[in-house]
Amino acid sequence: MTFSEWIAEPVNWAFLAMAIPMVLAALRVVTSRNVVHAALFLVLALAASAGLFILLSAEFVAWVLVLVYIGAVVVLFLFGIMITRAPIGRETNLSHNTRWPAAAAALGVFAVTFWLINAVTEQMGGFGDPLPAVGRATATGILGEGFINRYLIPFEAVGFVLLAALIGGITLARKDLTPAEEEEGARV
Amino acid sequence: MILSQFLVLGALLFSIGVYGLLSRRNAVTVLLAVELMLAAVNINLIAFEAFWNTAAAHGQIFAIFVITIAAAEVGIGLAIILLVFRNRASGNIDQLDLMRW
Repeated sequence: MTFSEWIAEPVNWAFLAMAIPMVLAALRVVTSRNVVHAALFLVLALAASAGLFILLSAEFVAWVLVLVYIGAVVVLFLFGIMITRAPIGRETNLSHNTRWPAAAAALGVFAVTFWLINAVTEQMGGFGDPLPAVGRATATGILGEGFINRYLIPFEAVGFVLLAALIGGITLARKDLTPAEEEEGARV
Repeated sequence: MILSQFLVLGALLFSIGVYGLLSRRNAVTVLLAVELMLAAVNINLIAFEAFWNTAAAHGQIFAIFVITIAAAEVGIGLAIILLVFRNRASGNIDQLDLMRW
């Protein structure tokens, strides 16, 4: 498929309309000098990825992403920024002073992954064919059946991990009271 | 739409996450970079699901597992950062050299 054929499909315009803001927002997440802006640009990147999931006919995952990430995780991040008194506002030392090793490592990762994608595409074939699932909705019931049949044990394990994270988060974050303060609390 | 465009987008997003992970000093922003990398993984999972088009939607189930684990990771990570902040009055990871030899 040539590029002119690819760009002629309207759905690819939708893809670009989400992919380009996503990459730009991701760049701002890692370069912004303001922690709150970085967290809010993450919202933009994740919202764009939810849009891509809808294009790929994974509606349920897209809305789970919106609920869990944009609704909860980013709020948690903003609370974390506020509570840890991370520098709100413009701050110059959020990143290391020498950044070229990090940029070199990132470029290396991208080069290797890109080379792998090319190599596998040549080997396998079919990577350039139109995706079969596009334009067809995935019934959410299929996901539910998967969770209670084949993936029951991972499902339970993930629930246990969430419980452990909940308890661990509370124990880590609570303030240890001194004996005098404990007495005070017992009297009140 | 073809599969390769999503794979390249995922690779790009993952590399941006690697850059943020290595170049950031503030611990909260390091966690934000990790979230970007997990988002890249999710794009790959969903794209491969659309490619193989399995009857039981295995790729989407795995993406939901990734989202769940990421939520747990953020909760614990922020609690640890909060604790470090309380004890050392700093959220910069290069000042956490207590275990460095």
